[in-house]
Formats: sequence, structure tokens, C-alpha cells
Amino acid sequence: MPEATSVTPDGLSREDARNAAREYRSRRWRAFLFVVPLLAFIGFSFVAPIASMLYRGVYNPTVASLVPETLEKLPSWQGEERPSDEILSIFALDLKRLANDRTSGQLAEEVNRALPGSSSVIKSSARKLRRVDDSELANNGAAILIDANAKWAEPEIWQALKKTGQVYTAGYYLTALDLENDPDGGIQRRETQIYVKLYGKTLRMALIITILTVILGYPLAYFMANSSSGTANLLMVFVLLPFWTSLLVRTTAWIALLQTNGVVNSTLLALGLTDAPLEMLYTQFSTIIAMTHILLPFMILPLYSVMRGIDPSYMRAAMSMGSPPIPAFLRIYLPMSLPGLSAGALLVFIISVGYYITPALVGGTDGQMISNIIAFHMQQSNNWELAAALGSLLLFLILALYWLYDRFVGAGNIKLG
Amino acid sequence: MVNIVAKNMDAHKQQAGKSQPFLVFDNVKKTYDQKNLVVKGFDMQVEEGEFITLLGPSGSGKTTVLMMLAGFESVTSGDIAIKGQSINRIAPYRRNIGMVFQNYALFPHMTVAENLAYPLSVRKVAKAEIDSRVVASLKLVELDGFGGRYPGQLSGGQRQRVALARSMIFEPTLILMDEPLGALDKKLREQMQYEISRLHEQLGVTVIYVTHDQSEALSMSNRIAVFNDGVVQQCAPPAELYERPSNAFVAEFIGENNFIDGHVQSISGDQAKVVTPGGETVVAMAGQGLTENSGCRVSVRPEKLFIHPTSHDHDNEVTAAFITRIYVGDFIRYYFRLANGSEIIVKVLNDLSAPEFSEGQDGSLMWLTSDCIAFPV
Ligand SMILES: Nc1ncnc2c1ncn2[C@@H]1O[C@H](COP(=O)(O)OP(=O)(O)O)[C@@H](O)[C@H]1O
Ligand SMILES: [Mg+2]
Repeated sequence: MPEATSVTPDGLSREDARNAAREYRSRRWRAFLFVVPLLAFIGFSFVAPIASMLYRGVYNPTVASLVPETLEKLPSWQGEERPSDEILSIFALDLKRLANDRTSGQLAEEVNRALPGSSSVIKSSARKLRRVDDSELANNGAAILIDANAKWAEPEIWQALKKTGQVYTAGYYLTALDLENDPDGGIQRRETQIYVKLYGKTLRMALIITILTVILGYPLAYFMANSSSGTANLLMVFVLLPFWTSLLVRTTAWIALLQTNGVVNSTLLALGLTDAPLEMLYTQFSTIIAMTHILLPFMILPLYSVMRGIDPSYMRAAMSMGSPPIPAFLRIYLPMSLPGLSAGALLVFIISVGYYITPALVGGTDGQMISNIIAFHMQQSNNWELAAALGSLLLFLILALYWLYDRFVGAGNIKLG
Repeated sequence: MVNIVAKNMDAHKQQAGKSQPFLVFDNVKKTYDQKNLVVKGFDMQVEEGEFITLLGPSGSGKTTVLMMLAGFESVTSGDIAIKGQSINRIAPYRRNIGMVFQNYALFPHMTVAENLAYPLSVRKVAKAEIDSRVVASLKLVELDGFGGRYPGQLSGGQRQRVALARSMIFEPTLILMDEPLGALDKKLREQMQYEISRLHEQLGVTVIYVTHDQSEALSMSNRIAVFNDGVVQQCAPPAELYERPSNAFVAEFIGENNFIDGHVQSISGDQAKVVTPGGETVVAMAGQGLTENSGCRVSVRPEKLFIHPTSHDHDNEVTAAFITRIYVGDFIRYYFRLANGSEIIVKVLNDLSAPEFSEGQDGSLMWLTSDCIAFPV
């Protein structure tokens, strides 16, 4: 009887089960220790920046920190006419402080994004308020402000100020989708459609590049997989050659080839195929060509390593059973090489959706992709929030595409070797 | 269905009669590198319904012959004909030849049933008939109910059965098997040998089987073509191959054999008088191409040798020094050394009459003339 209580149905005593569980836990823990450095690195260099990017897209504290007193009062304002004199006076004091701190330009820039033209209004008013006495501003601020610029008597600039003063806003995501808030609080399309079109163009170009790399890479990978190891190794060197030269060098080489008096044009002219040089550089065409060249190895490598593993006997078996070569290829070889094709296509597509350098160098305006606009907003227009929103949308887009892919092809079908 | 196939085959056999062999290789040659012949003048005739094995060491060109027959390698020169018609220029997928590969070549992305249905769907057989033939075929290889599994979910032996079934389901005129059991362990291999023999008998189909394993060849085949260096050394039924090898290579390759170097003194009829290095004279059957006054090798199998004293008949006797003996269970292997230093093995049944020797002690080995052959060197 006492034995029956201490032994589980599988014949493992309590003691045994406890030991086994402890052993299992310590093994798991040791395994975890091996990946800790990588996890820490990923957390620090990948997860944290992306989280901060997602956050930045909705978080905009600049205006709120510049004119905190004004914004505290603004919620009581209805938004139909100009705010009360009290609010105007408080703002005048805020603006004077900014003018003396030399930060009124920041405010001007932020508000100008919501209401074009307000930059000069804010800047000129700030200059005039700089020398006015604080006590006078507190008593008669509204009149002095309107005197400095008549725009302060109208509600629009105050609406803009209120809008940009929100610490958390969906505005940048709306902008990134070419949408905006209408005055009634609803959502409407913007007059100028920029970003959605650009996303579309980026996806279309990435698709074309992926298809081109498949067309160029699949037959080559097939040939390499079915040739002797000597030939395959030689070809592999040529495939890998682009990896050994700098990306910039390769892109510049394309500039040398494609420019108006470049190699291609002078050859065409010399052969009499064209009368005038073709405009090839700084177009979508040149971006696609150069990126196809640069991304081709990403297609060939997974394809080759998967095809190497497909024994020629499969095709032979299919043919011995009466199937002509092309049907046998479609029914047998293609499905067997699909894991490599999937991996290659996904790699090339995702890399090219987010590609920056090549379109920046050879794309001109026609060949710009979404990442170039993101970079523009980060470096030139200093609109980090919009850049973050655009970047986050790109991330969601890729995740959505991956989800679609998983639905229809199955993510288990990806194989790099 | 199975019986109908078998009957059809019989009918064919009677029609064809003896006039024209089913499959003919006529002086077939093959080179891969435009320099060396891998197959050098391969000649063979196969009757319908026969089980022929190509047996030879690795690299002797067996697979190459099979690939030329299946159409995956071109024939450099010579002709391969089925039922009198040359197939050299027929595309592989029109040859109607079933094939079993060493790695099975089951399509991993299709279920067992889809694999079996593949050759039928390629032939545009009606759906209902495909289904019934797949079921019958699975039954034939005793895999009922496995149709829904993927090849990856089967054991090695089961995969081999599916591969067999798939090569037969479309009723090919000929089935080729290239070392189909090479990847299986010994026990499974023997079981599958039996299985293949059973299917061959049941369906009456012609099989060309390739192996480098002689016991496999000996136990399954109607005839064996011993293959070496791109040439058929001998093509004969197993017993004949074992008892009357036509040259030294076959004698050495099939089973175990002792070779005694000697010098041909005279030949009379089919027998030759040979002087051994020890100066003894033995009489052996004369092998093909043996000439008087030239060197030769006399082959005699270990189990045909007897150690003096013996009650067995004998015509020949040589003296040799005892080296050692090894128990192998039901029999004992004795190792002796001849005067010229070459070793000789004798297999003796493990009973009370097994003689005792001390190392270096001389013993007398005896055998019958009909059990030994003198081959030219
Ligand atoms: N595709 C090929 N290309 C070049 N040489 C080959 C090829 N296939 C086989 N060989 C050569 O031909 C010879 C015979 O090979 P094979 O027919 O495979 O022999 P086996 O099947 O008897 O082992 C070998 O020396 C092998 O190296
Ligand atoms: Mg082989």
C-alpha cells in the first residue's frame, strides 16, 4: 500500500520525478544562458529602437514643453472664435520667454506644419514681444499680441496651436496615410496624395525586382546545382563577387554605365541603334536594374542550397513514369525547390522594400522609394515624428505581407539550406 | 487485376515465341569524357519475364547501363532494342520502363497514394480507376491504409515497398532496379529480397536488377550478368556461375575461391595436367583459352577441398603447411600455405572428424578434377 502512493502510473517515484524535473530545469537554464548575450544585444539594438520609433510616431512633446501655460488654459476654449484675452495674455508671456530663450523658432516650425504660413507670424510676433515688459503683457497682452500680428485675432492659428500641443496624436500616422482630421473631428483624405502612392510604388518596384531576380536566379541556381562541383564552385565565386565589393562601388559603377554619356549610351550611339543618348540614370529603370544586380545573390544562395539537396533521381523517376520534362518539372521539381524560392523571394522583397542607398544614388525623383522619404524627413525636414510614423507603417506592411505569405504558402516552407 | 497482368504477360511470351528476344543490347558502348569507355561493348539478351541481375564491383558501369536503358544517358555507340525495336532515340518518358532507385525517389510533397497515382494521372487514366488501382497496388505490397501518409512518415522498408509499387502500377514493359536494397539493414534486406521475388513471380514482369551484393544476386535471379570493367564476363544462371565460372574474375568474384598457380603440362580433351609450385601434378578442367606450356591458375572452392585422411573421392592431392584454424560456428576454416607462399583455405564441417594440426605441420589437401578449373593467366 505505501508503495502505491509514492509511485506514479508510469512507474516513476516522486523522488525520480522531482530529480528529472530539476535536471530538466537546469538544462533549460544553461541553454538560456547561451543566448543571453544575443538577447541583450537584440533588445538593445533592435527591439528598443523599434519600440521608440513606434512611440515617436504618436508622441510629440515639443510644443507642449514650449508653451505649457497656454496649453493648460486652451482646453476651456471652444474653438469657434479667438480665445479669451486671458489666454492671449498668457501666450504672450510664453512667447516672450521663448523669444528670449531663442526657442521661438522651434514653435514656429511645429505650428507651421499644421498651418502653413504661421511660421512668420510666430517669429515676427516673438521679435516684437521681446522688449515688452512682463507686467504690461500680463495686463494688456491680448491687445499687444494682436497689434504685433492681426492673425492672432483669428481662430485658425489657435486651432493649429491646440492641435500641435497634444502630446499624444494620431496625426502623423494619418499624414503618413495621406489622411487628416477634418474640423468636425472625423477623418478625411488629404488633397495631395503623396505617401500612399509612394508605398504603392515601393511595393511595385520590390515586386518587379523580386520577379527579375527569380527569372535570372532560378535557372542559374538550377544549372549550378546540377553541374560538377568544380563548375559550381567557379560560378559561386561569380555569384558572391558582388558581396566582396562595396555597395557604393557597385552602385557607382551603375552610374558610370547608365549616365547620359556613359558606357551603355556611347555603345548604343556607336552602333547606331539610337540617335540621341537615352535617359536611363535617375529613373525607376536604373533603380530596378541596379537593385536587381545587388540583390541577386540573396535569391541564388538559398535556391542553390535547396536545389543541391534535390537528387536528380526525382526528375528521372517522374520521367520514367511517363511525364515529359516540363510537366515533371512543374509537378515535382518546382514544389521541391519552393522552400528555397520562398526564402529567396522573401529576402529580396523585404530587403528591397526598405532599400535606401541605391535609389538615393541612381533613382533621381522618379526612382525614390519610401525609405528615401523617411530619410528626408529625418535629415532635411526634421520631422522625426512623421519619419517614425512612415517607418512604423512600413514595418506593419511587411508584417502584413509576411502574414499573407504564411496563410497561402506557409512559413514552414522557407529553407535557407 | 494482378492475375490479368500476369496472364497478359504469358500471352505475350507465347506470341513472341523463341524467334526474337524481348530485350537486346548489341555492342553498347558508353563514354562520359570522350576519352575512356565506361561500358565497352555490352552484349546481352533478355527473355520476357526474366529476372536478370547485373552484378559487379562498384564503378564497373552497372548504373550506366541501366541509365542508357532508361534513356537518361545517351548511348555512345551500339543499339538497345525492345521487342525488335531500337529505343536509342525514344525519349525516356515514352519508354514505359518502371524504375526503382536506391534512394527510393518518392516525391516528398505527395502522399503515398498521390505518389502511386502519379504515373496513372500522367497517362490520363480516369479518376475512379486510379483510385481502385492505387488501393489494389497498396494491397499488393501489404501497405493497405498507408495511402494518406507522406513518405517522410514511413520506415525504410515501407518506403521501399511504395517505390516498388509505384514502379509497377502503370504496368511497364520492364522494371529496372538500381541497388534498391542498398540502404536497408541486413534483416530488412532479406525480407525485401523475398518480397521482390514474390512480386516478380506474381506479375511475371521482366526485371533488370543491379547490385554489387552477390548473395542478393544469387538468391533472386534467373540469370546473372557478372560485370567488370565495362564488359560482361559471364551471363548465366546462378548455379552455373558458381559451379562453372568461365574465367578467373568470375571464379574469384562469386563466392570464395582458392587459386593455385601452376604450369600447364598438357591438355587432353577438356582436362589439363598442371604442375604446381610444389612439383605435384594435378588434373583440372581446362578453362577457356587455356594453352599448353603456359602459366595458369587452378581454382578450387574451400568447401570442395578435403584434408587427409578423408573418406571422400579425390583425384588430386597437394601438400601444404598448416597455419591456423578458425571456428565459424557450424564449420571450421583451416588456413594452409603452399610451397610458393600462397594461402589456401579449407572449409570443414564442425564435427568430430575435424583434424588437429600443430603450426607448420604438413597436411595433404585433396579434391576432385571436376571441382577445379585451370584458367589462363
Ligand atoms: N555522369 C557521369 N559523368 C562522368 N562519369 C561518370 C558518370 N557516371 C558514372 N561515371 C563513371 O563511370 C564509371 C561507372 O560508373 P557507374 O555506372 O555508376 O558504376 P556502378 O553503378 O557499377 O558503380 C565510374 O568510373 C564513374 O566514375
Ligand atoms: Mg551504381
